[in-house]
Amino acid sequence: MRLKLVPSETNWNFFRFASITFGASLAAMVLSVVLFFLMGLNFGIDFRGGTTIRTESTQAVDVGVYRDALSPLNLGDVAISQVFDPGFGPDRNVAQIRIQAQDDEASVTPETINAVEAALMAVDPAITFPSVESVGPKVSGELIRSAVIAVSLAMGAMLVYIWLRFEWQFSLGAVAALIHDLTLTIGIFALLQIKFDLAIIAALLTIVGYSINDTVVVFDRVRENLRKYKRMDLKELLNLSINETLSRTTMTSFTTLLALFALFALGGDVIRGFVFAMIWGIFVGTYSSIYMASNIVLMLGVKRDWSKDQDGGAGTQFANVDA
Amino acid sequence: MLQIALWKRATIWAMVLIGLVLAMPNLFYERVERHNDAVQAIEIQGATPELAAARDAWPGWLPNGLVNLGLDLRGGAHLLAEVKVSDVYADRMDALWPDVRDALRDVRDEVGPIRRVDSPPAELHVRLSRPDGLAAAIEAARALARPTVTLTGVGSSDIEVRGAGDLLIVQLSEAERLATDDRTIQQSLEIVRRRVDEVGTREPTIQRQGSNRILIQVPGIGSAEELKALIGTTARLTFHPVVSRTGNPNEAPGAGNVVYPSMEDEGVYYVLEKAPVVSGEELTDAQPAFDQNGLPSVTFRFNPAGARKFGLYTQENVGSPFAIVLDDEVISAPVIREAILGGSGQITGNFTVEDSTQLAVLLRAGALPAELTFLEERTIGPELGADSIEAGKIASLAAFAAVLVFMWASYGLFGFFANLALIVNVGLIFGLLSLIGATLTLPGIAGIVLTIGMAVDANVLVFERIREELKTARGPARAIELGYEKALSAIFDANITTFIIAAILFTMGSGPVKGFAVTLGLGILTSVFTAIYVTRLMVVLWMERRRPKTITV
Repeated sequence: MRLKLVPSETNWNFFRFASITFGASLAAMVLSVVLFFLMGLNFGIDFRGGTTIRTESTQAVDVGVYRDALSPLNLGDVAISQVFDPGFGPDRNVAQIRIQAQDDEASVTPETINAVEAALMAVDPAITFPSVESVGPKVSGELIRSAVIAVSLAMGAMLVYIWLRFEWQFSLGAVAALIHDLTLTIGIFALLQIKFDLAIIAALLTIVGYSINDTVVVFDRVRENLRKYKRMDLKELLNLSINETLSRTTMTSFTTLLALFALFALGGDVIRGFVFAMIWGIFVGTYSSIYMASNIVLMLGVKRDWSKDQDGGAGTQFANVDA
Repeated sequence: MLQIALWKRATIWAMVLIGLVLAMPNLFYERVERHNDAVQAIEIQGATPELAAARDAWPGWLPNGLVNLGLDLRGGAHLLAEVKVSDVYADRMDALWPDVRDALRDVRDEVGPIRRVDSPPAELHVRLSRPDGLAAAIEAARALARPTVTLTGVGSSDIEVRGAGDLLIVQLSEAERLATDDRTIQQSLEIVRRRVDEVGTREPTIQRQGSNRILIQVPGIGSAEELKALIGTTARLTFHPVVSRTGNPNEAPGAGNVVYPSMEDEGVYYVLEKAPVVSGEELTDAQPAFDQNGLPSVTFRFNPAGARKFGLYTQENVGSPFAIVLDDEVISAPVIREAILGGSGQITGNFTVEDSTQLAVLLRAGALPAELTFLEERTIGPELGADSIEAGKIASLAAFAAVLVFMWASYGLFGFFANLALIVNVGLIFGLLSLIGATLTLPGIAGIVLTIGMAVDANVLVFERIREELKTARGPARAIELGYEKALSAIFDANITTFIIAAILFTMGSGPVKGFAVTLGLGILTSVFTAIYVTRLMVVLWMERRRPKTITV
């Protein structure tokens, strides 16, 4: 007996509540944008400049005491938070201290770091500093710019690639799904105020990659079925394609999630935010390939006469290089 | 499709084998690392019994490439420095001044007496007492221009000369500035590299970034601060004639002179002639030593040209003081007791042993042509790195086990084939990483774990397709054949898109993100290879041996 996540033959109507799911997706996107402007993102030093110091001690972390120790130094905005991880045990108390940038360009001076470390050692002699990272505002500005460029480039590349391999409707649908995924991910980061740093950009791009991967598999089946069933109603045909690939979609999402959950639970606190972004992305990416991408293709309609394109029609000239 | 030619089979197995053999040294990480270090050390300093033992602990004929561990895994320091390239413009202008002066002296009748006046650092301003001679002055100065030596700026000259009222203004041309910037960065890179190498840490990364930045990553060093102390100092050593000693930092030094503070005595300043007698560029060697009183000092030796200049100067100025200046601070200003003709000398100051050792290192490596500002610095403690590796290892194993069990439960024997392929896949990723000497970072480990999850995708696509084809096709062989054939375009599209993302991440990202992009990209290549070749080959071998009438996937 094989383990099956979904029955081997499904005939679910994914478009019965199309207006509701599509509306809900749009609402979620709007909500994310509102959250982003209302609460903002908890940017790490990669993007706003400043210094983070990770402290570790056998004594319990008392944020108030740390704050009092640092306040005479006049460092401006200082954020102190305790870090929890099941792997730490009672003797490892870890905290993260973030200090705003002290200069217009360069990273923080060694004197400042020494002063901070000395102040903390005065209140907790057992404290150690496993990592100290400092980014000057000049670099952080550039990092934001290159992150935005990277994400836009990725979207543009996907738009062009899908357009070449399929049709422009598919390409719009896929990119709408990507925008949906990214918006929702940024929304959840704003809502939960998880630290948003360079690694999260990598996670965002991976989400783009995963989501497009998922969407493409569905589209590939749609393309095949469009050739196979020339007269089938588009809605029915999309539904059939989604049902046919459903087993694969759930299998792949599930194995990827298995791996990611292992990393989330056991991979340590340093990459937890990064892994969280990807887990979230797998969920919204899987959802969006059905409820955003296919929905938009359905709304836009598709030119049906694919048989004639076999010998090189517009937009599909590269569609059968490997088939 | 189910017939795979013998040479193809051989190629597939050979590639798998090569990949796994290349990955193998990583299983014995510490032993191989010691072997590699020992081989390098023996090459430089000859064999010792310990080194030979370390070398022989790993057979030399086996591959010894390892995956480099990134700073976040090994601990160490990371610095991003910006070279203030414009520093050099001022030096160039100072160097040009004597030539301009001489050139203008030749047309003295037309321009009258001249004087250098204050100007922005990148320009040279000369005031003419007879403004109507400006044209002649410009012409004389232009004659000093030399063609720029660049690949692109052929034909342009290195300086631009213009006039404004009674001022003659000289500055570097755009092309020359670009060429100078490039030379400055190259030189800075070289000197930073020499300084880091002098300390002898393993596998430092020193590379140029963008037009005027240098990225320095040194694993194993205690902190970014230490690294900064080593590479951040300009270490320009110069010897100047002393004009006077003063307690007033704002004293007007007079033309051609400068006021520098004393390093040792606070509140003491020296007025020095600006043009040095000799500079650190003419040093050939510097070593930490102890002076006759047993205090730490640095001995140095000049090259012949420097030795001659130094000898001549000391001969003519016995009895008067001269200043040893390091980065605009006077280390000491001894009185010349006798001519120093041997070309070597000793610097004493208020040094500790560490100071003198570091100063010797800096002097040997040479001075930085321009100042460095640090835009980014990160220190990661070795314990934190070790924790991350440990956590990454456990998480990867757990992820691996979960996926293996799940695939086997879902697809039975075919799942088992996919699992074998997955193991091969991870081996291949490590093999490739070792082969290209890539660096594994914490996000890189995440990339591998993600690949473990996603690598089965191609197999899943094929297996699901085979399941579908089994319903309609005639016999299992045909179903498998169709399954592979029809799943191919989906596999192709799905992986190309992800690969494009990895490529964008690689070009745009930095540090850890780049590490993630590398493992993600390599993971895609290996997972497609294992899914469409390795798994298929296994399935085909099984089919050939068993010839099953029916199959369940």
